[in-house]
Order: sequence, then structure tokens, then C-alpha cells
Amino acid sequence: MIELHQVHKYYKTGDQPLHVLKGVDMNVREGELVSIMGSSGSGKSTLLNILGILDSYDSGSYMLAGRQVGKLGETEAARLRNKMLGFVFQSFNLLPFKNATENVALPLYYQGVGRKERNYRAEEYLDMVGLSDRKDFMPNQLSGGQKQRVAIARALVGKPKVILADEPTGALDSVTTHEIMALIKDIHRRGNTIIVVTHEMDVANQTERQILLKDGQVTSTQVSGDAREAVGS
Amino acid sequence: MLDGLQEILFTLRQNKLRTLLTAFGVFWGIFMLVLLLGAGRGMQNGVYEDFGTDVLDFIIVWTGTTTTAYHGLPPGRAIRLNLEDIEAVRQQISGIRLLSAERFVPDGGTMSYHGKNSNAEVLGVPDEYFKVKEDVPFNFGRKPNPLDQEEIRKAVVIGTVVAERLFAKGEDPVGKYIRVKDVEMKVVGIFYDKGGRGRNSERVLMPLTTMQKMYGDVRFTDNIWVRPAKGVDGFELEKKVLELLKRRHDVAPQDIRGIASFNMAEPMQRVTGLFIGIDVFIWFVGLGTLTAGIVGISNIMIITVKERTREIGIRKALGATPFNIVSTLLLESTLVTGVAGYVGLVVGVALLELVAFGLRSAGAQLPYFVNPSVDFKLAITALLLLVGVGVLAGLMPALRAAKITPTEAMKAE
Repeated sequence: MIELHQVHKYYKTGDQPLHVLKGVDMNVREGELVSIMGSSGSGKSTLLNILGILDSYDSGSYMLAGRQVGKLGETEAARLRNKMLGFVFQSFNLLPFKNATENVALPLYYQGVGRKERNYRAEEYLDMVGLSDRKDFMPNQLSGGQKQRVAIARALVGKPKVILADEPTGALDSVTTHEIMALIKDIHRRGNTIIVVTHEMDVANQTERQILLKDGQVTSTQVSGDAREAVGS
Repeated sequence: MLDGLQEILFTLRQNKLRTLLTAFGVFWGIFMLVLLLGAGRGMQNGVYEDFGTDVLDFIIVWTGTTTTAYHGLPPGRAIRLNLEDIEAVRQQISGIRLLSAERFVPDGGTMSYHGKNSNAEVLGVPDEYFKVKEDVPFNFGRKPNPLDQEEIRKAVVIGTVVAERLFAKGEDPVGKYIRVKDVEMKVVGIFYDKGGRGRNSERVLMPLTTMQKMYGDVRFTDNIWVRPAKGVDGFELEKKVLELLKRRHDVAPQDIRGIASFNMAEPMQRVTGLFIGIDVFIWFVGLGTLTAGIVGISNIMIITVKERTREIGIRKALGATPFNIVSTLLLESTLVTGVAGYVGLVVGVALLELVAFGLRSAGAQLPYFVNPSVDFKLAITALLLLVGVGVLAGLMPALRAAKITPTEAMKAE
């Protein structure tokens, strides 16, 4: 599903360009639940941005669902994001003036789906994440865990190829973290490809495979026993 | 498109304060501009009102007695103009649009109808005269026509004051015969001339040919009316006409009693100056208001976009193209400024109409303020200008917002 080969990324800061990604190689198969781990400064945010087509890379190659993602115009990138990717952010990033259903329906708006159909599908996904009784709630009426559920429903609604979750539990307490990870695993079991970026071992251990990033390079990937159990059950 | 509009309306409704502030800025700019323009127009109308129903470019020439000796002739001669003078002016001076004689029955006339009597000025005038008085309304009956002249008909038109004095209320004078200086004449029309504060409506006008037949002295005329052709300088023309007439009657060039004239262009010139002054003032204040509105909108648009950077980032991450972002922002600002400007226009015009209606119905006579109204084309232009600038002001930050990467935008708080 995702193939990265020798991806390099520089940031121009002052006279010395900052070499953030120093030849990243990684693969994610279809239907995998993978975590990318690394301390701050390891380049994992940059990697996620490149995977999410939110940022470009300087050399190497990135194949997404059999498609080369190279230098893209803004419009083309937006279309690809809309069609191929779903995002879950640490800070939820819900639009504060839209209720849960409307927030979930937003990616469909940019796909050109009509309002009625949009809201119908959005409600379906809200049901799926267990928020059928909060459909008309505004984000500020929801708890952190509920907000993240809305965000997950929003990431799923466009039927993307890959779901990218950037520290999805970073702003949540341990109980809620557990709930959200359970939801993510549940979604994975329904056949979705999910990449979770995190620095929490607890979270990473619940995924099938951990990709460890250090100083802009993948140092190891390991298969988690914990996750295998989760898949097997 | 409809869906996009719904999306925008929703966003606007959810951000009431921001929407209201922007809308109020535009509303106020247009509203004040309309009021100003209306007040200015009211003043202009008020000043024009003072000119009555005369056309505003006439020259009238009349005569008196000479005050200086000239060409061996003594002072104190009475000068009278005649129809040959008119012919001479017509043939020798170019740039004339209209020439008309005007002759008064000496000592006015007594007229009667079924025992009611009235005194009024009686004038004999050629058909052209009514082109000098082209703005005088004939509310009943008809204007005199060339056939009246040709057939020397005993047909008169009478002023409203005369009609009121001679006829009972509710009686239609048109078609009735009145006695004018012991001659039966048929009333064919009634006019109302505001000139001389209504005094000009105490008149009876008959065809010049009829008067010539009744009173003899076929050649004479008391006044000569002249209107310059379009684009001709009235003052130049007046000078030439006076020169010619003075030469023909051996009047000294500097003698202002022998042959005298009045040129309407003179007071008009002063008034025009005043109007230019008023216009400059209105435009100065109006453009100031408009500029303030424009600056206000620009500011709000910039702040709006800044405030929404995060939202824009989220939308972009979810698949909004730069075109989506920019067009939504612009449509939003167009909608707000357009609607608010339109409301300002309507409210401003409504207020003006209300004031005008109030003045009319109260019968109040404000000096130099009559029927305030607004040049609609101008107001619409101002509105379009404001909306256009509002959109342009929104365009710059919108384009910038569409450029920043979603990740950067989402970091903004």
C-alpha cells in the first residue's frame, strides 16, 4: 500500500540546510496497523506530513496505492488527500462551529457529495464509532475521547486507502486512550490500513508492527506479539 | 454551487459577530453616502425651485427712453422695438435657437364672464413664445397652436388666477367665451406659470396676430425673447443682439435705459458655482465615508482570514483545494458586502423618501431644501465599488491563506 524508498527531506533554516529525513525506507501492506515511533526530533512528524501529502520530499520515491506521489500541485495534492487519506490529529481539529455530523461530513463535501447523502453517511460512521446519541452536539459539548471518535469517523467517511493518526491519544487520559486504541483496532479489523505516529510505548505495542525512527532513518521494525494476539482474537 | 452557498450561509450564521461587524461597515458607508447625495440633491432642487418654471437660458430685451444724446439725437426719446428688429436679429446673428415677440395690451385688460370681472395683463404672443415658456404646464385644455395665429382666431389661454376669479368652482372654463376688453374670446387652455411668485399666472395670452388686428400698431413689440442655440455663449449672444438693436434705433452703446436686457445665464452662473461647491463637498465627504468603509472591510477581511487560518488548514487536510478555499472566502465577502450594501441603499433611500414625504405632507417650506432624492445610478456604482473593493481586500489574505501548508495552518491558534 505504501512504499518509501530512500526518501530525503531538507529544511532550509539559515545558511545550513537541515537534513531531517536521511533516506527513509519503509513499507506498509494493505490492511496493516503500523506505528511509527521516535523521540521528538527524530523526524516522525516530517515523515507523517510526507505520507499525508501535506509536505513534499526532496529525493527518493513514495508510492501510495500503486501510484507515484512526486512533486504535486496544491490542487492535485488536495484531491489525493481527499480520496486516499484520512487524518486523525492529536488536537482533534474539529471545526468548532459545526456539529458532530457536519464535521464528519466535511471530506464528503469536498468530494462533491450532496448534503443529504453526506449527512446520511456521516451518521452511519458516527454510529460506528459509538456516538449515535451525540450527532447534533457541537465539539465544545463533547469530551476529548468523544471528539477523537468524531475525528476518527471523519477520517473514515471518505473511504480512504490509508488512515494516518498523528498522536491520536496524545491529549487523552489513560482510560480514554485505551478506549480510542480499542476503536482503532476495531477499525483495523474491518480491513483498514492504519498508520499511527506516537511516542508512547503502550500505544505502539498495540499495533502489529513498530517502525522505529531515529535521526531521520528507520533503525528497526519489529512485530509486536501483543498486536498479533489482537489480530488473532 | 447551491451546496457551496448553503455551506457559506451556515458559516456566516455560526460567526454572527464577525458577519455583523463587516455588514455594518458596508451598510454604514452606503447609508451615509445615500443620505449625503440625497441632501445635496434636496438643496439643488430647492435652489432650482426658486427659478420657477422658466427655461434657464433665456435673454429678454426691452426698451425705455434714451438717457444720452447720440448721432445728433437728443436724450429722452422713447424707443419701441418692432417686428423688423426681430427679422434683422434672425438674419444677421447666428447661434439663435428661438426668437419671440411679446406684446402687452396697454394698461392691462378688464375681462368678464357672467357678471364676474377681473383685471389681468393681456399679452399677444407668437407661437414661438410657448417654446420660451416650454416648462409652463397646461393642466387643462390645450396650448395655443400655429393655426390660432394663421386664422387670427379669437382664442385665449388664461392663467389659473384669472380662471379662479372668473369661473365658479367646479366650472370648466375651457370652451367658454369671456369678454376681453369688450371682445368675446374663447378660452382654449389654462396654464400655471410659477414665475413672479405666481403673478405670471394673472395673465391672458392671445395670438399676436389677433392682437394686431384688435389694436392696430401691427409692427410693434414690447419685448424680444431670445434663446441661444446649444453650445452658444449666452453672454456673447446678448451683446451682439443689443449692439444690433442699438444701432438700428440710434441708441448710444453705453445707454442702458434706451434698450435693456436681462440674461438668465447670469444668476444661473452663480447657482452653478454654488452647485459645484455643493457637489465637491458631497463627493469629498462621500468618498471619505466610502474610503472608511473600504478600509473597514479590508481590515475585517484580513482579520477574518487570519482568524480562520486553522480552519483553512483543517479543510485543506481534508481535501479542500486552494480554489475551494479562495472561492469560498470571496463568495462569503461578496455576499456579506453585497447584502449589507443593498440594505444600506434601501434604508437610505427609504429615509430620504420619508423625509420628503414628511416635508410634503406637513406642507413645510424649508428654504432651499425640496424633494431630497438620490441618483440611483450613482448609489449603485458606489455599492458595486464597495463590494468590489471588499472582495479585492479579501482576495489578498485569501490567496495567502490558500498557500500555507495545512500543517502550518493547523498549528495556528
